[in-house]
Amino acid sequence: MTPGSYVALWFPHLKTCWFRLRRPALRDKPFVLAISDHGRKLIAAADPKAEAQGIFAGATVADARAIIPGIEVLDDISGLSDKLLSALAEWCIRFTPVAAVDAPDGLLLDTTGCSHLWGGDQPYLQAILTRLQARGYDVRGAMAGTIGAAWALARFGRQAVIDDPAHQRDELLRLPPAALRLEAATLDKLQKLGLVTIGHFSHMARSALRRRFGPQLLRRLDQAFGHEEEFLQPLQPVGQYEERLPCLEPIATATGISIALQRLLETLTKRLQKEGKGIREAQLKAYRLDGKVEQQKIATNRPSDNAPHLFKLFELKIEAIEPDLGIELFTLEATKLEDLSPVQEQLWAGDQGLEARPIAELLDQITGRFGSGCIRRYLPDEHHPPERSIKPAQDLNEKPAIPWRTDRPRPTILLPQPVPILVTAPVPDYPPLLFRHQGKVHQIKKADGPERIECEWWLREGPHRDYYCVEDQDGARYWLFRSGHYTGDQTKQWFLHGYFP
Amino acid sequence: MSSMPAANADIIRQLQREILPLQGFRPPTAGKAVDFHLGPIEAAFPRLTFPTGAVHEFISRTTQQLAATHGFLGGLLAPLMKTGGACLWIAGGQRSFPPGFSIYGVSPDRLIFLDLPKEKDRCWAMEEALKCEALAAVVGEISEIGFTESRRLQLAVEQSRVTGFLLRHAPRNPGTVASVARWEITPLASAPEEGLPGIGFPRWQTTLLKVRNGRPGSWVVEWSAGRFQFPEEAPQVTALNTRRATHKRLTG
Repeated sequence: MTPGSYVALWFPHLKTCWFRLRRPALRDKPFVLAISDHGRKLIAAADPKAEAQGIFAGATVADARAIIPGIEVLDDISGLSDKLLSALAEWCIRFTPVAAVDAPDGLLLDTTGCSHLWGGDQPYLQAILTRLQARGYDVRGAMAGTIGAAWALARFGRQAVIDDPAHQRDELLRLPPAALRLEAATLDKLQKLGLVTIGHFSHMARSALRRRFGPQLLRRLDQAFGHEEEFLQPLQPVGQYEERLPCLEPIATATGISIALQRLLETLTKRLQKEGKGIREAQLKAYRLDGKVEQQKIATNRPSDNAPHLFKLFELKIEAIEPDLGIELFTLEATKLEDLSPVQEQLWAGDQGLEARPIAELLDQITGRFGSGCIRRYLPDEHHPPERSIKPAQDLNEKPAIPWRTDRPRPTILLPQPVPILVTAPVPDYPPLLFRHQGKVHQIKKADGPERIECEWWLREGPHRDYYCVEDQDGARYWLFRSGHYTGDQTKQWFLHGYFP
Repeated sequence: MSSMPAANADIIRQLQREILPLQGFRPPTAGKAVDFHLGPIEAAFPRLTFPTGAVHEFISRTTQQLAATHGFLGGLLAPLMKTGGACLWIAGGQRSFPPGFSIYGVSPDRLIFLDLPKEKDRCWAMEEALKCEALAAVVGEISEIGFTESRRLQLAVEQSRVTGFLLRHAPRNPGTVASVARWEITPLASAPEEGLPGIGFPRWQTTLLKVRNGRPGSWVVEWSAGRFQFPEEAPQVTALNTRRATHKRLTG
């Protein structure tokens, strides 16, 4: 059993608080939330003013109307408490990374090692409760060494913070059995037997307790006293590579954000360097004072543990973060990691190849600004039509699988769409004598060809092309082709497809 | 000039030597000298070498000229990328076709293309790329570039010693740009080999419109046997030494 510390929060009037916040008109009136059940209306939740008059959840609306004739009855919203609790749990992440929903009306926080930032357990818990109360929620909370004890003390205890295990035990013994999170049937049985506090039965023989009340009672007892470990199901799984930086004062300036970011990056990259890993994707979250979370993501082309470089990538995005009233917590998580071999780094350090780290870093910077779609690199592909003879490379490491061909002339400018031209070509299978393009007549002085390139019929139907390199009277060189065979009807079209140097 | 005392001439020569590095003409680092086989053209530059680690500017007005510029550029890129280096090509609208560069000795898979439709973005990317020492060269298709922007590029290469090439296709106003040289490449009719039909080796009229501290000129250059050649039978135009001639070409 490890010494931990947990906070349990209890919202006794979760739903009615929310309704009151939404409708200020309800502030001074007693009201209840009702659901329909078998043709009658049952009270799902009652606000404190109604409860003071003896109206509790589970009663019928008719009874409530008998007690308070003008009581306000509103329709309950199904699933509301779950939604509210998960929102509150998310908000609590600023106090601890592990926050869990404890249905139907509570939250559980694993606060091990968190409270020192607030100057101790008492101010820490007080800070949480004050902030929640300021938001308009009725809340009770307690901090204890086990989840079970914190839960019990939040609902039934007199003292909010307990750090001494012996003291915690004494406190628990005084509480009713309902503090153990037991089923109603078990509680009834205990009540009938006159066991009204935990102290009445905790010393009894375990075999007797198990026989009478089932194993659940023993488990809950053990969990409360810390004999059995209990685990929380955190709302957001804590990333394995996550760094947190809570701020004493809310941060609202770009300079403040960059300083926070630099610190987070330094600690994270130091850790990654030890483990020989590099970041491919990272996410910065800024928890704002008003409960909103600002997120920014970066990605790299190559795993990196270089803090200044990663900072440069984030730097472009800092201005997109809106601090509003201020940011009180930053978290930086490496969402995608890859192994980084230091040997390889050194090997390429001085080289100018594509593998050089500065190139990857430059491309990261460009990707961060313009998106990854703008970077193209080509590898040869085994296709004959020129536009299909190259394929985009997947990443910087990909090497050509086949060599580049230099035996056939290829232009340096290839038009994306071949441009139809008018030609004069007297003899079949000969280059044209002249062609007209953009209103200018080009007399062909010299020509090479034809190079026949078949359309790949297994991929796409189409006529073959006969390519000619031609040079006009000005010395400019072009790449022309005739589409299809030369037949008698002269309808075969000629195209200009590229320019040679 | 002739009456100037020898001591003064010495001082002037000394000062000129000191000014050169300040203007971006630094001698190549030991062991990094690259041979471009530019023959007589090299004599047009100060120190008699093609300046690397500087920004060169290429003006083209027609697509034919642009294609010729690509060819000449390919011949310059190949020696720069010989040691396995990569070149970043910041492209605007004109689609260059990488396999066309392989006959100039450039491995097309080591050209990284960057598509940026906005001129401003291309300027930014070019400046950032020129700061990256690991790149062998940077090509930027930036037609309209102001003096201030070009000055920023110049400052970037002075730090990193990367060679930059500005391709200015159909600029509205060539203006003044802080480049080390301004080139214009025009295709010339090729000379087929004796007795052979068809097209000969690519041949260009290579004009140096402006060279900082050098002598502008114009040469006939042919690409054959994997290097620049200077055909003997072609008429070699020498120095275009008057500024007026340069000016006329640009405005006319």
